[in-house]
Amino acid sequence: MISKKTKFWGYRRENGRVGVRNHVIILPVDDLSNAAAEAVAHNIKGTMAIPHPYGRLQFGADLELHFRTLIGTGSNPNVAAVIVIGIEGGWTKKVVDGIAATGKPVVGFGIEGHGDHQTIMHASAAAKKFLQAASEIHRVECPISDLWISTKCGESDTTSGCGANPTVGNAFDKLYPLKTTLLFGETSEITGGEALLQARCRTPQVWKDFMFMFDRYQEMINRFKTTDLSESQPTKGNIAGGLTTIEEKALGNIQKIGRKCKIDGVLDKAEEPKGPGLWFMDSSSAAAEMVTLCAAAGYVVHFFPTGQGNVIGNPILPVIKICANPKTVRLMSEHVDVDTSGLLRREMTMDDAGDALLDNMMRTINGRLTCAEALGHREFVLTRLYESA
Amino acid sequence: MIHFVVHEKQDGVGVVVVEGCAKGSKATGWIMEPDSTVRVELKNDIPIGHKVALKDFKVGETVIKYGVDIGKVVAPIKKGEHLHVHNVKTKRW
Repeated sequence: MISKKTKFWGYRRENGRVGVRNHVIILPVDDLSNAAAEAVAHNIKGTMAIPHPYGRLQFGADLELHFRTLIGTGSNPNVAAVIVIGIEGGWTKKVVDGIAATGKPVVGFGIEGHGDHQTIMHASAAAKKFLQAASEIHRVECPISDLWISTKCGESDTTSGCGANPTVGNAFDKLYPLKTTLLFGETSEITGGEALLQARCRTPQVWKDFMFMFDRYQEMINRFKTTDLSESQPTKGNIAGGLTTIEEKALGNIQKIGRKCKIDGVLDKAEEPKGPGLWFMDSSSAAAEMVTLCAAAGYVVHFFPTGQGNVIGNPILPVIKICANPKTVRLMSEHVDVDTSGLLRREMTMDDAGDALLDNMMRTINGRLTCAEALGHREFVLTRLYESA
Repeated sequence: MIHFVVHEKQDGVGVVVVEGCAKGSKATGWIMEPDSTVRVELKNDIPIGHKVALKDFKVGETVIKYGVDIGKVVAPIKKGEHLHVHNVKTKRW
């Protein structure tokens, strides 16, 4: 049973934050630098490139989000050290400086004027040193209050709302009093459940902050929609799984924050929380976008309930899958970390299910690889706000 | 044996949680809040995860699940029938 005295084995970083993984990452600033980043990761076994398709001619809030996400990813305590590679030196330095504020080893390389060969050679030399240094960092015993846990569900169906999502909610209700730092989001997926959320906000100001994010998202949907979004939100997979409307999906989604914990604050996308408690982060409900934002906000382990069987992972954030749909558990068992299908047969109580998730979480944060990690799922998807210039 | 789950007593729908729920069969539902059971004869085959209507619905009526509004009825639904996107739509967007 988890309590305030519970400890886990984590990597304490230079800034005091605690990670549960020890990655050395090769982080491209832009699409053009993916090839060099992947070549470095190929040369230096044990490092990991995180390629992505963006970073050129972005501007305004969209560019700020791009930098915030890259800097947040590099700053995440699951990362020991970072090699940044960009097509030119200016934006590369901006990302390096942002990550360097954590005190962790980071160095950047610009490709222009050097070419891929020189860049790969110099970056590989630096990556080798970082990797060898990281290999000597040991796990130390840390209090459970050092743990940051995020959640987001995916390919939900109706079993998510009565099984997998309330399992996360039960675990959140047990983690909240331990002064852990918790997060949920998926702004469009509150549609229809706003009143339930209002009742959970710690203060009227938190509710006001939430509604600012909620209205901003609704305005965007209303501006671009051509239908009632059926097959997008809810997705075609959600509908195949039996979910009919966004309202029904939202009510299932909200089960993830349990029954007792209060929402202590509201964050913009990829923004770091300011203390322990439960935070709402404005975010897309698309799995990889949302989980990427969680990692960029500094979260080190993720609860991902699924109904129909979403297979997502993340390069740096271990994603624990919870499923209560017996058919999915049977057909896709290699993706399911915690099977709570017993809930729907009344063979398991919600407390049993929450405890099974917390037990798996403890093993995961102490080093056990999740299904998604073992299967090589490293989805890293940057959220875009609008077109590039 | 439980064939479907109902979140709250006032809900008009149950969620089928086992495979093979066929038309004509008598299904037992577990009402989670408060802990009790309900029986209904299925008028369609209903796949796992899909919803069964627990009452008759007229066009324009509101469907309640989790004790909350989840959308409006757009085609008549009889008790025991499959309730989904062909007869219920969102009130938003």
